[in-house]
Amino acid sequence: MAINRQSVVDVEGLRMRYGANDILHDVAFQVRHGEVLALLGPNGAGKTTTIEILEGFRMRSAGRVEVLGADPAHGDERWRARIGVVLQSWRDHGKWRVRELISHLGSYYAPFSTDAIPRPWNPDDLIDAVGLTEQADKKIKFLSGGQRRRLDVAIGIAGRPELLFLDEPTAAFDPQARREFHDLVRGLTGTYETTVLLTTHDLDEAEKLADRIIVLNGGRIVADGSAAELARRIVGSDEVRWSREGHRFTQSTTDSTAFVRGLFAQYGEAIAELEVHRASLEQTYLALVRQAETKEGSR
Amino acid sequence: MSAAVRAGWSRGWIELRQSFTNGADLWAHFFWPILMLAALFWLRDSEFASSGLLLGTLALPSVLGMNVALGMVNMSQQLTADREDGTLLRAKATPYGMVGYLVGTVVSVAGVLVTDLLIFLVPGIFLVGGVALEGAGAWLTLLWVLVLGLVAALPAGAVLGSLFVSPRGQGLITLPLLGLIAISGIFYPVAALPGWVQGVAQVFPFYWMGLGMRSALLPDAAVAVELGGSWRHLETAGVLGVWAVVGLLVAPVVLRRMARRESGSVLAERRERALRRLG
Repeated sequence: MAINRQSVVDVEGLRMRYGANDILHDVAFQVRHGEVLALLGPNGAGKTTTIEILEGFRMRSAGRVEVLGADPAHGDERWRARIGVVLQSWRDHGKWRVRELISHLGSYYAPFSTDAIPRPWNPDDLIDAVGLTEQADKKIKFLSGGQRRRLDVAIGIAGRPELLFLDEPTAAFDPQARREFHDLVRGLTGTYETTVLLTTHDLDEAEKLADRIIVLNGGRIVADGSAAELARRIVGSDEVRWSREGHRFTQSTTDSTAFVRGLFAQYGEAIAELEVHRASLEQTYLALVRQAETKEGSR
Repeated sequence: MSAAVRAGWSRGWIELRQSFTNGADLWAHFFWPILMLAALFWLRDSEFASSGLLLGTLALPSVLGMNVALGMVNMSQQLTADREDGTLLRAKATPYGMVGYLVGTVVSVAGVLVTDLLIFLVPGIFLVGGVALEGAGAWLTLLWVLVLGLVAALPAGAVLGSLFVSPRGQGLITLPLLGLIAISGIFYPVAALPGWVQGVAQVFPFYWMGLGMRSALLPDAAVAVELGGSWRHLETAGVLGVWAVVGLLVAPVVLRRMARRESGSVLAERRERALRRLG
């Protein structure tokens, strides 16, 4: 189907500058229909700035940005009705009850209902989908952190968005809540073909949720691909350690097998205590994060 | 758009209902009226400058007027709180959400205000003598002063709320407002105050709201105590009207500017600052 190859988000030459600082340099990427894309990167990499520009909540300095066929800086209310936003810092409507708020906010989407996408989502079905049935009549301020975020997701998808933004959705979650949240998002994207763009600094989360990962660092895209592709592409060098005649040696190499073969050809049985550490995506990403943090520390 | 106005209307009613079904809010609804009633009770036997009028009688309608003008403060506090917890950003993320939000806030703030007026007025009439709504004219006056007062106070409050970013900034404006109330003839007729104070008082809606309410609720003879011995309905409508028009012109601009700046990271940053203040 042609629609599947259509891009929902199209970014080209995106720049963001605050005063003399460039937060984003020439960022370019696309998100295709039905895809789950993770923007992965350490704190300060520019993930949130990018997603806020796409949400239409922040003006960009330069570049071309198209979200669902419109420039988010001038997105009208019809455009707004087609996207959903889930943030980590929402604490609003504490006095409201769960069902009350979900059906209230859903009612704004009714005029944007189409034959293909009936809006809004039925409140009770939605509450059930995010697993809050037991809390439906509870006041929102009494929800736990994980329940609160489930509610935020429910509100984010209340209008059956074609594109859903999740900004650091599981920051400050315990592992249990995080796993439940991942199941929820996977369930939604599996069933409803929603395109999702999420930001995270957690590689594990990106690998679990996303079809494709874009790694941002220092305001630049340093890698773009599926987890497996990234592992092949950005993975740095393996590390080979050995000892010879009582001395210890360490060598970084991109082709550890060939290096070890050469080592044995040269020294034969003199080689002892051989260790080969294959570079993993995780190691490479952690090295990236460490680098970013030292840079920040030295500033 | 019309769906959003309807949604806003129901939003206002839901918030109004919530406001009367939780302990903390109920306390606020009754605390001030009771305090005011106590003050009236205290004043009920003092006569004002041998005019034959009792201070309590004069003060009851004035307090009503003040309460309407204080809708300004409620509005601005509501806006600050809603920005702080993300309600405003939520509205921004919803199609026509800002329309619904504004309609809802106006309905709930005005609703709370009118309910609080009744909580004060009904026992007040029994407690203090010489106050009555006699004839259709009095009701009509009460109504137009109330409506015009709300239209003057709420947009001005929205402007204040958009200008002050933090709850602390909100605290700062309370003090001058209390000062204004003190000089606006709420508890003591403004005619007895120095001329320059009278001048200042007449710039702000508090004095005019009080005057309008007195004209509706007090017997005709009470007009003798007022400046120029007149209820000055034309001037009341004029000053409140200017506040209303200026407010309605400025509020959308300021609100739009405020909303444009809202985003997730701005919200998170503000929250972090608030936590640091507490810690």
